Formats: sequence, structure tokens, C-alpha cells
Amino acid sequence: MREYSAYMLLRNALTGNRDWKPAWRKPDPKPSYDVVIIGGGGHGLATAYYLAKEHGITNVAVIEKGYLGSGNVGRNTTAVRSNYLLPENHRFYEHSMDLWENLSHDLNYNVMFSQRGCLNLAHTPAQFDDYARRGNALRHEGIDAELMTPTQIAREVRGLDLSGSQRFPVVGGLMQRSAGTARHDAVAWGYARGADRRGVDIIENCEVTGFLRDGDRVTGISTTRGEIRAPKVAVAVAGSTSRVMQLAGIERLPIESQVLQAFVSESLKPVLDTVITFGMGHFYVAQSDKGGLIYGGALDGYNSYAQRGSLPLVEEVHAEMLAMFPGLASVRVLRSWGGICDMSMDGSPIITTGPLPGMYLNCGWCYGGFKATPASGWCFAHTIARDEPHPLNAPFTLDRFHRGMVIDDKGQGATPNLH
Amino acid sequence: MIITCPYCGPRDSSEFVYQGEDGRTRPDPASTDQAAWNAYVYDRVNTAGEHEEIWQHSGGCRAHLRLVRNTLTHKISSVSMARHATVPRRRRKAETPA
Repeated sequence: MREYSAYMLLRNALTGNRDWKPAWRKPDPKPSYDVVIIGGGGHGLATAYYLAKEHGITNVAVIEKGYLGSGNVGRNTTAVRSNYLLPENHRFYEHSMDLWENLSHDLNYNVMFSQRGCLNLAHTPAQFDDYARRGNALRHEGIDAELMTPTQIAREVRGLDLSGSQRFPVVGGLMQRSAGTARHDAVAWGYARGADRRGVDIIENCEVTGFLRDGDRVTGISTTRGEIRAPKVAVAVAGSTSRVMQLAGIERLPIESQVLQAFVSESLKPVLDTVITFGMGHFYVAQSDKGGLIYGGALDGYNSYAQRGSLPLVEEVHAEMLAMFPGLASVRVLRSWGGICDMSMDGSPIITTGPLPGMYLNCGWCYGGFKATPASGWCFAHTIARDEPHPLNAPFTLDRFHRGMVIDDKGQGATPNLH
Repeated sequence: MIITCPYCGPRDSSEFVYQGEDGRTRPDPASTDQAAWNAYVYDRVNTAGEHEEIWQHSGGCRAHLRLVRNTLTHKISSVSMARHATVPRRRRKAETPA
């Protein structure tokens, strides 16, 4: 398949755009592969890409029950950041940031990664102190972080209510300038094309119906398009993790599937050139290149596989937006939707071998999986290829909950709807 | 989502606090069985379909309720007082060890 380039763009523009080829093939599944990855979302596709690129394993199939980009990779609010508190998360997410910075070049596909910064607002002196602590922890690990006063914030963010007269006045903020946004669909398509070019079969509209077993060992999968054998079966299915793992006889996991809603407004002229979050609740907003404000808030807070939420959260999200930006009151909402998040018990992910022989598990992304896509795929590919975790994902085991080694960035305990 | 509280009648779900899936029974506080405690705190069935769960009507009568709600459609098929469910719940737990 040909490289995309400015020349190709120009030539196609001048010839009526009739010469574009599909970015990936639509192969039928073969009877066997070296590795089968269940889940054609961002993480599964990135895993396939890095298996081929970093480890030379190209006899790989990615099995997707719908179409590519139909799950959370096409449903998130596109923010990319690494401003966590704990060192395990710092190192993992900063590796992701390193991969993001070269991703468009690496994939030969423009993922529109834009390092426009991410600003967390603080509304009490105690919260500002807490941000200072997190900022120090970040800088200690070599990640950029910058405390900002309301005066500095006013110079950078227009329209924000900094009058000090609100219920929750802004007392400062923590900025990560290397954070930003990326075009979520392009990430899925770019990884799919990159994997496909290296020989990976991407099989859409193919749902897993069971696992082939030889004793304890997983030896393949049965699907709606027949049986596929593979000595290594990797699961990267986010919100569907418990359902897929129950097919393999794993009845209980430290995961709850919950719904997270997101929203996009009508297109506006440029008003917001950073990602900004509200500290007295849960709200985040950025403006896309097309002009729409993309925003969301907290989980609805109950178990759900329905990919849609309920109205109290819609009201809360918009109340928080208007508390920050009163001037947006007349902006109309264009769309809202829901995605199913695999909420882990400590808010951190799981990337591990097992739990059965021949099986590999990638889950627990809560509602922060998009930013992790490159590092998740990179680490999961390493784990599958070498049968052991990379040091970056070694802490993210499945048994850490039972060993007392939880990585609870927020210090929230086993309350998945609060992470 | 409207939850019909046995005391208060139909109320908006924002009056209620979700307390997670039913059927998790806290081990005896004197128990030192690490595996049982870990399973109680961390492990979930995470059912897709008819889901038995506990809510508290914290913005109303404060009763703890046991709902059967379909996690694929959000349709609630049953609401009862959580304490009334205690006996059958333990029996079911004993029949299907974790």
C-alpha cells in the first residue's frame, strides 16, 4: 500500500479524488494464527501494530464484533495527558506521551495530535495545595507541570468566570502543557492501516462466541465466522471484558462496566485552545478543529452495558460547564452518546499474561483509555511476544488486588463509580 | 431512570445512591480468610442482563432497596426492601461458592 504524502494529496485533489484505495483489507479469517486479538478498538489495533513493528509477529488477527471505531475509540472526548500522581502511572502514561508525539509520522497517518495543554482548575486553597503536590510529583518524574494563578489563567483562557463571586471561585490551576488532544477516529484508522500494511488480518463483524480449550490452556476462539486457532489469545475489549471472560469460565473480575456520557456542541469559532477541567465536580472540555466543544463529566454511576446514560448527569455536566463559562449558555448541544467503561477497583488498568495459560488480558481502563492507546498497545504487544510484562506494565497485574498492591491514584478505594 | 421506592413511590434516580451488585456477602468480621475478604472487596460478576443490585434512597426515606435492573436496557423489573432479600440471598450464595 502506498505512503500517504503531500504529493499524493495534491495529485488526488487534482484528479477528483477517484484514486484513493481502502486503508485496510477485508480478509476472511484463516483457520489459525500465531496471535489472535479480540477487540478491534484502539488498544487491540495498537497491540497488533506493535506486535508486527516491534516484535516481527505478523501472523496476527484482530477480531472485532462491529466495525472499526464503533466502540470507545470512537466515543471518547479525545484528551491526551499524563498528569497522574503515582509513579507507576507517571511512567506508563509518559511513555504513551512519547509515542503520541511521533505517532502521525510513525503511522504515516495524521492523528492530528495537538499539544494544546490541559489545565485542571482548583477551587479551594486545599485543592490548590493538592495540585502543587501532584505537580511536584510530576516534575520529580521529569513530566512538565506548572501551577498557575487566576491572573495567569485569565491571560490564557478566555470566557472563564474568574470573578471570584461564584459558589466555587477559581483559586488557581495545574497546567500540563505537553497534554492535548488527538483525532480519535484517525487513531483507530491509522493503527488499523499500519497493522494491515504489515500483514495483520483485521476481521470486522466477527463476534467471539467461545474459547477453544485444551484443559486449562486456551488454544483458540470460536466466532460467528468459524473457529480460529492460536497459541496466544489476547483480550482487549474494554467494557465487554466481563462478558468475554465469562465465555472462558472466568466468572469474577475486579471490573464493573459503567456508562460514561459525552457531548458535542454546534461548531463555534475558536474560543478555547486548551483542555480544561472543573475541580469541584467532574467536567472537562476541549474544542475540536471543526469547532465543536467536546465535553463530558462523571459516570452515571451504575452498572450498564447500554451505551447511553440518563438525564441527571446531562443536567449536572451542563451546570458545571456554565459555572465555568457562563457565556456558553446559548450554545446548542449537537449530540450526546454513551460509552461503556471497564471500571477497575483502583482506577488503574490491567495489562497482563493470563489469567489462563495461552491468554493475555488488557482491561480496566476506566474512562481514561484513549490517552493510553499507544502505550497500552506497546506494552501489551511486549507482554504477548515475550510472555512477560515490560517493566512499564509490570505493576498493572490482575492479582494486585488480592496481593494488596493496588495503584489507586485518587485514593478512592474499591468504589469503581467514583474513580 | 425512575425508581419506584416502596415507601415514596416513583422518584428520579438522582435521589438514590448506587451501592453496587447484590449477592456480595461480607465475611464474618472475625474471619481472617484473606481470599474471602479480597473476593468480597474486589471481585464482581458484572452481569450483562438482569442485574440484582442495591440502591439507597438517600434523598428520600433512606431505605436500602434491592433492584432487579437490566444492564442492557436500564429497565427495572423489581424493587424490594433490601433487608427482605437477605435470607434468600445468603442461601443462593451458599449454593454457588465464589
